Amino acid sequence: MTTYRDGTRISRAFHRENDHRALFVAYIMAGDPDLETSFEILKGVADEADIVELGMPFSDPMAEGPTIQLAAQRALKAGTKMKDVLGLVRRFRETDTVTPIVLMGYLNPVLSYGFEAFANDASDAGADGLIIVDCPPEEADALTDALEAAKMNLIRLATPTTDDRRLPTVVKRTSGFVYYVSVAGVTGVKEADADAVAKPVQRLREASGLPVAVGFGIKTPERAAEVARVADGVVVGSALVDEIAGALETGSNENVTERVLSKAAALAKAVRSARSRGA
Amino acid sequence: MNASLKPNDWNALPDADGRFGDYGGRYVAETLMPLVLDLDKAYAEAKADPEFQAELAGYLKHYVGRPNPLYFAERLTAHYGGAKIYFKREELNHTGAHKINNCMGQILLAMRMGKTRIIAETGAGQHGVATATVCARFNLPCVVYMGAVDVERQKPNVFRMNLLGAEVRPVTSGAATLKDAMNEAMRDWVTNVHDTYYLIGTAAGMHPYPAMVRDFQAVIGQETKAQILEIEGRLPDAVVACVGGGSNAIGMFHPFLADESVKIFGVEASGHGLNTDKHAASLTGGRPGVLHGNKTYLLQDDDGQILDAHSISAGLDYPGIGPEHAYLHDIGRAKYLTCTDDEALAAFQLCAELEGIIPALESAHAIAKLPEVVKEVGKDGVVVLTLSGRGDKDIFTVAEALGRKI
Repeated sequence: MTTYRDGTRISRAFHRENDHRALFVAYIMAGDPDLETSFEILKGVADEADIVELGMPFSDPMAEGPTIQLAAQRALKAGTKMKDVLGLVRRFRETDTVTPIVLMGYLNPVLSYGFEAFANDASDAGADGLIIVDCPPEEADALTDALEAAKMNLIRLATPTTDDRRLPTVVKRTSGFVYYVSVAGVTGVKEADADAVAKPVQRLREASGLPVAVGFGIKTPERAAEVARVADGVVVGSALVDEIAGALETGSNENVTERVLSKAAALAKAVRSARSRGA
Repeated sequence: MNASLKPNDWNALPDADGRFGDYGGRYVAETLMPLVLDLDKAYAEAKADPEFQAELAGYLKHYVGRPNPLYFAERLTAHYGGAKIYFKREELNHTGAHKINNCMGQILLAMRMGKTRIIAETGAGQHGVATATVCARFNLPCVVYMGAVDVERQKPNVFRMNLLGAEVRPVTSGAATLKDAMNEAMRDWVTNVHDTYYLIGTAAGMHPYPAMVRDFQAVIGQETKAQILEIEGRLPDAVVACVGGGSNAIGMFHPFLADESVKIFGVEASGHGLNTDKHAASLTGGRPGVLHGNKTYLLQDDDGQILDAHSISAGLDYPGIGPEHAYLHDIGRAKYLTCTDDEALAAFQLCAELEGIIPALESAHAIAKLPEVVKEVGKDGVVVLTLSGRGDKDIFTVAEALGRKI
């Protein structure tokens, strides 16, 4: 059991007393399939999830599989801008002041916005953390400075290729939690192996003193429950976003939100019933 | 020019973090970071190993066909009525372009690292063909990602790659051109890190690729230097090359960076024109950002989304540029001109008619700017242009643009 507490929404979520279970972290893409629908999905998903990761669409998401890539394309086609992503967070905070929101995306839109301006605006809007897929720790100092000044967490990624040599670099200046990418690959393609993640999760916990959430390759409630037995958090993205794509394919825009929320509920239930966290 | 930078310092760039000034770096997913660091180390060792260099030199001589000629383009010189124009004939290399220089270097490195599978991305198909060629030669499986649009407009090269035993995977995302092929190659790499070597075709991407590709292509400028000294008894007044990602250009430029008397010109593709949204001139029409592992000039909108580039030449159709070019542009050591599709088409035909050489559409961009370059160096000047590839692959594109049927 990790003992890290810094009073942020993220650490409070991981440190709820008498509730030592793994957290369910839901990923959705801001602006997918359009801004209003994604706001409805965000509100609904936050009722099921302990933390929401809100994807910031990017034209060239090199680490995403087809599902998230297409979601980003839909969002951009619908006209989603960075200020709209922050606008979603701001509106969300009018009714929910508890559920942490972690923004997730690629460096160029944030660089283009300006690190300080982005950190300040995101923090003002009510975002709690940031994950940037293509910004390894070696390139992250300026961004980390800006986020720390705005009291936002920079959440780092660790992967199966993160060896002992790199571990200190990866955990340095990270906060909130560590995101363990359970497969070498892109989002939503390979399946995560719960047995194989147990060891690296423990290693990361010890090295960082932070909770460890596991993502990439977790699509079913069964798999989510398995991972929940060994991790502090379970991240599911592609499986939720797939529901949006599925609903759009059948041509019925009305049940988009419904389908995503029903999937989120099933995943949340599986994670919550799995077992207590970090025991 | 940056006063603190002494001529001999050019080889000190990039620094240990892979930076050329503010540009370059290693902006990759964490999964790839250990691999990229290993590659950096492996390349540094190979570079310093005389055996590796001797092996590479042997293949360049006997397989690639180096040194290739430095040719006095007499009729073009007369046509423009100014400085003497020489062509560095990279189109005479095996496979018909400069790309093989780099592929030969990288495949030897990949084998040295024990990698057993090669992936690559390609725009015009020249790099794909060169990669497929070295993979055939050294018996390694090869997958080439190519935008579906490029697969269509460069059919002969797709066929060549297949003949050489490579699998060509058409990429349909985005604009289905070079940048999308590069995204897809990076997805493959991140998925198959354990055994796969990503053979990048241009002097862009994450460190050490920009430096490594430059080093392998620097043979162009090194040979040119020796050849022009022999023919003219002096250095050229200017060197000029087309720039997409910029590998043939940096290969020519780099050995001349310390020679302050040599003016350096790169030519970017401005497609339908810089005032339209259909061009590929990232230095002239873009601004700095981060894509595909490096910080450099990029075509992007106000929100940092990458724009689709356009050029009639598939090899220049990329919204970014190698980081060393970004640096040379900022400090003013190289000057970057722009050339439209129409200007390139005219130069393509002019070169064929006057010199009996059908140049690649990429190289035609550089040829089109010769009047400007010639004017800059005066009547007694000497100009060397990298003829980076041959134009056989482009005849269908050109025929269509000219409204002719083949």
